[in-house]
Amino acid sequence: MIIKQISIFMENTTGRLAETTALLAGAGINLRAISIADTADFGILRMVTDKPDETLALLRGSGMTARETDVIGVEVQDHPGELARVMALFRDEGINIEYLYASLERKKEMAVIIFKVALVEKSLEMLTRSGYTTVSSF
Amino acid sequence: MSTPSPVETLSRHELADLQLTKLRQAVDRALSTSHYQAKLAGCGIACGEDLKTLADLRKLPFTVKDDLRQAFPDGLKAVPQSEVVRMHASSGTTGIPTVIYYTRADIDRWTELGARSAAATGCTSADVFQNMMSYGLFTGGLGLHYAAERLGMMVIPAGGGNTQRQLKLMKDFGTTVVHATPSYLLHVYDQLAEFGVDRKDLKLQRAFVGAEPHTEDIRCRLEALWGIQVFNSYGLSEMNGPGVAFECVHRAGMHLWEDAYLMEIIDPDTGEVLPEGAEGELVLTILDRQATPLLRYRTRDLTSIIAEPCACGRTHRRIRRIKGRSDDMLIINGVNVFPSQIEEVVMKTAGVGSNYQILVKKDGALDSLIVRLELDAPHFSDDMRDLEALRSRIAGNLMTSISLKPKVELHEPGFLPVSEGKAVRVIDERPTLPEGPEGSCP
Repeated sequence: MIIKQISIFMENTTGRLAETTALLAGAGINLRAISIADTADFGILRMVTDKPDETLALLRGSGMTARETDVIGVEVQDHPGELARVMALFRDEGINIEYLYASLERKKEMAVIIFKVALVEKSLEMLTRSGYTTVSSF
Repeated sequence: MSTPSPVETLSRHELADLQLTKLRQAVDRALSTSHYQAKLAGCGIACGEDLKTLADLRKLPFTVKDDLRQAFPDGLKAVPQSEVVRMHASSGTTGIPTVIYYTRADIDRWTELGARSAAATGCTSADVFQNMMSYGLFTGGLGLHYAAERLGMMVIPAGGGNTQRQLKLMKDFGTTVVHATPSYLLHVYDQLAEFGVDRKDLKLQRAFVGAEPHTEDIRCRLEALWGIQVFNSYGLSEMNGPGVAFECVHRAGMHLWEDAYLMEIIDPDTGEVLPEGAEGELVLTILDRQATPLLRYRTRDLTSIIAEPCACGRTHRRIRRIKGRSDDMLIINGVNVFPSQIEEVVMKTAGVGSNYQILVKKDGALDSLIVRLELDAPHFSDDMRDLEALRSRIAGNLMTSISLKPKVELHEPGFLPVSEGKAVRVIDERPTLPEGPEGSCP
């Protein structure tokens, strides 16, 4: 399964993040996972929300540079060594990971690792074959 | 101290006679080009002999940088191609460069003026001259290279940059004179310790500085830091290059070689010729050049004439250090950049919007150029590598156009101020230091 991640191209200035998160809060959108990659001038804010379509419409409607990207969310046990096992799978299949970040799923005591890869189908097939559950939301 | 050559000490009357003779020839040469035939039509001057006195110069229209653009490539060429031995070019305000051609005699004359300039500073054939200006289309490198050879100095054609190598050359070959931009010379000094070079191991005595405006304070600092004499140099590629005006040992303003150039100072807004001593835009007529004659060329450089006799005995009047520009040209580490050149590249580049901002600031002793652009929303890929690739592609395109690699910043659409005029698009944060009079170093 695929997660629709929302990415924002964001000015690296004080208050920009506060502004954006307040916008989401005002619309009752829940952030499930969030990550930032930054440079001196700009950053990319990547997030998984409970309502991706609404989130994208809201952000674009507010004049922000946002887009949707397909990423993979994998449930793993919240134990030492779990991420290492998943990484070994990707390595053995020769799949390059562009970026990843994680979120804790407290209800199930699981962690969800979010991966951006070029080879989405191949990665999904590999994870399923290896007994992992991929999610479309969490 | 060297003795000036006879032409440098002609009486003002003799000099004026020489100038009028040469000016008439220059006008005749200009009238052999298609550009000036059209431009001079209707000004009452149909041949050089129509100029009765030097004051008749004012009957001629000004020549501006845009004329060179319109005449590109050959509209101002006054000799057959077989007589041209070299060309140089500088940045135009857009993609079309400003091209100057030279015959063998033109190169020879330019070389002579440069050699005369170097001699006026006290240099002799015993000196070792390290040229830290860039070689190539830019005239700063080759211009003084041949001039220094003419004087008999040993030339080290180091070119620009690579400070570690510059210092090694200075040390290994006992460099006594360098030619550089003042900011680069400060930078080299700052790097002495970094590269483990002791000032005492260098034989440096003099520096020729030019290609960028600087204050008397900067000269004094350079002189004190290095323990050398620093000579101000003026030139522009349209007038050959370095060697148009140069300071003598008294370092109190630059002698403009009036047997080779006619100078006027005008009000840049009205074009009115200003009285001697008033500050304004320097207008130059090159008297000898055969391949590309230029009459009353507006340099856009702001200065004033010092008419008082100089203690060195030269009768050629001096100009004060260049205070700035009467157009929007930026001088960044000695490289001339027009904002319009940057705009042209930005407009042609996919992935960014048309709004831009140019920031110039000091990074240590050197200038740094930052071009701020807004990402074009549909080009947002979520992949950092794509954005970095876009950034370096734009930097590369700018490098091709302006011969200088800027730092390119990508910003969120709507971040940059929407500008109503060009001024807002350019932010120059380089400090302007208080101006002292010429020759005021302790």
